[in-house]
Amino acid sequence: MAKVVAVTGNEAVAVALRQVNPDVCAAYPITPQSDMMQRFSGFISDGRVKTELILVESEHSAMSSCVGASAAGGRVITATSSQGLALMWEILYIASGTRLPIVMPVVNRALSAPLNIHGDHSDAMGARDTGWIQLWSENAQEAYDNAIQAFRIAEHMDIRLPIMVCMDGFIISHSIERIEYLEDEEVKNFVGEFRQLNPLLDIEHPVSYGPLILTDYYMEYRKAQDEVESKVAKVVLEVAQDFEKLSGRKYDLFETYRLDDAEIGLVILNSAAGTSKDVVDEFRSRGIKAGLLKPRLYRPFPYKETGEALKHLKALCVLDRADAFGGSFGPVYLDIATSLYPYKEKPALINKIYGLGGRDYMPEHAEFVLDELVDIAQTGTVKSYKEYIGVRE
Amino acid sequence: MPKGLTLRELSKKEVLLSSGHRMCAGCGAPTVVKMVLLASDYPIIAANATGCLEVSTCISDYTAWKIPWIHNAFENAAATISGVETMYRSLKKQGKIDKEIKFIAFGGDGGTYDIGLQSLSGAMERGHDMLYICYDNGAYMNTGIQRSSATPFGADTTTRPAGSVVQGKTEQRKNLTKIMAAHNIPYAAQASPSHWMDLMRKVRKALEINGPKFMNIIAPCNRGWRSRTDDAILLSRLAVETCYWPLYEIENGITKITFKPKEKKPVVDFLKPQGRFKHLFKPDNEGILNRLQAEIDREWGRLQKEETCYAS
Ligand SMILES: Cc1ncc(C[n+]2csc(CCOP(=O)(O)OP(=O)(O)O)c2C)c(N)n1
Ligand code: SF4
Ligand SMILES: [Mg+2]
Repeated sequence: MAKVVAVTGNEAVAVALRQVNPDVCAAYPITPQSDMMQRFSGFISDGRVKTELILVESEHSAMSSCVGASAAGGRVITATSSQGLALMWEILYIASGTRLPIVMPVVNRALSAPLNIHGDHSDAMGARDTGWIQLWSENAQEAYDNAIQAFRIAEHMDIRLPIMVCMDGFIISHSIERIEYLEDEEVKNFVGEFRQLNPLLDIEHPVSYGPLILTDYYMEYRKAQDEVESKVAKVVLEVAQDFEKLSGRKYDLFETYRLDDAEIGLVILNSAAGTSKDVVDEFRSRGIKAGLLKPRLYRPFPYKETGEALKHLKALCVLDRADAFGGSFGPVYLDIATSLYPYKEKPALINKIYGLGGRDYMPEHAEFVLDELVDIAQTGTVKSYKEYIGVRE
Repeated sequence: MPKGLTLRELSKKEVLLSSGHRMCAGCGAPTVVKMVLLASDYPIIAANATGCLEVSTCISDYTAWKIPWIHNAFENAAATISGVETMYRSLKKQGKIDKEIKFIAFGGDGGTYDIGLQSLSGAMERGHDMLYICYDNGAYMNTGIQRSSATPFGADTTTRPAGSVVQGKTEQRKNLTKIMAAHNIPYAAQASPSHWMDLMRKVRKALEINGPKFMNIIAPCNRGWRSRTDDAILLSRLAVETCYWPLYEIENGITKITFKPKEKKPVVDFLKPQGRFKHLFKPDNEGILNRLQAEIDREWGRLQKEETCYAS
């Protein structure tokens, strides 16, 4: 039986983590994540979970102790944002290269400098190639649902990879929304018992983790990791099906909104997708065939499926809440361009950078972009491929 | 002789770091590790910081470790073992595991005094039931003998080479054992493989104590020290007998010197056989030698005073 509540994104994910009841949690404060781990620590103090807490002295140690705890043989969580994720960078690769199913909510926040605590996607985008699975969430409900599904995906015996569950800092983490909780028992049964794989704690069968592997076999290990990545999408879909049976809520690799017969479209992650959908509706009401695609499984990126879903459009804009510096386009743009490249017929593709450092994304921004796409679809000419929007001149 | 530490009994135990690893012939570090593991009657799970010991003992499909072992990165052996230990406590509390297991982290001086100090300090402060062992060879050996904060004053390293203007390291060593003791952990000690009985007794004692423990063990490196291949034990003995590396323990805040040389040798006895100090024996550098000796005398005096402070 679902329970309807009005809670913040942080609270919703903290409750998901309580319902999963992991064995070990490492925590270190950073805005806007702090409040999530504070809530979870409260569950520990009240004896509502069996979790052992490690209150580390840094995010580097948070991820390092997660690696140790996960290799020891149990269910492990931590959570972070921004600078914290950046500090973990070195160990993110070790967690994935060691194939440890650590679950980490990431409350997206801008990176320094300049220092800024508000929501954008620079943090998780900087970690997009670390070998972690990434699920992105539009709202508190999706963050809650993704957090629960994350354990099943990461711990799947064909996968065994760490996973990030991303949601927008403040916009989602600190806003109160109506959401539906599953029953504790339902979540417990859905995630099931943790299955150990070569646990360090099995002293009868000693294993060595973290070897030195040089030119002779390093590449084979990397190829094996790449092959695992290719299995993730299937597992994500299987888990989503099971989750739908339980919750009635449907999840896919990405969400499409009025996209099938659309001529122009937007690709946009997380909370700004909600605002954009309203504007798509408004354009539709004016007879303009607009649509939207919101990635959910962003890593590994489902290139083929995404390309198939977008190839029929005349004009498409990818909105990035992070830039990929170096004279190139935003990170999501690069992925969408790659997914469309194989097709002879494909949409004109432009990139807008929006909402950095928590700058508001308003309906007029979506309108502005859709107007431009209408123009491109009619004239076939693109004036500018990449542009910052909602920015002072 | 402490129970279980007779040569006869030890010779019956399995050596848990196998031969065939790739450390240099005559390296002190694997000897230290073997002594530590041999001293324990408990099953051990170990974490290892990046460094000579780690890169040479687990390569591709081969491992020299007969115990569960994890290498994570350079600066985080303490955090890593704290994660393993926490999972152990969690599963034990849940009744999923019942064995008595002990947790040890091994790190070199670079991985402990320098880049791993924060991780170590954090783990000690959090009170994990673990023993951290620093094998101190006084430089970043694995990457080519660069200076660390454990490198002795005046030593020639590749990043502070003795030249016409600079005469090797220009700073004193960091006193890490004292820093760890200042965390008010129940046990911190210094040991040397030359005094194997003392070393193993300290390990056994540490493993019986609940909570965070730290041991600093000198581990000669013939490559970096530019000494004879078969001199590791001799040099570690000279380090002790000159009081360059005093053997002591701080248990619940009480300092005890565990070996007092009958006759304290001059530090040059320790420096002479090592190429890294060769330049100090030029006539112009007598001042550096004197300063080194003065520093040792002062520290040794201080340590003895600390001990008498607590003598009851
Ligand atoms: C973050 C990071 N910085 C630098 C290195 C390069 N590195 C690997 S081992 C090492 C030196 C290790 O020195 P120490 O801890 O004293 O151990 P030893 O090799 O002397 O036994 C260095 C600098 C690294 N692996 N990781
Ligand atoms: S370089 Fe030194 S510390 Fe490293 S293996 Fe050789 S002797 Fe041992
Ligand atoms: Mg060293």
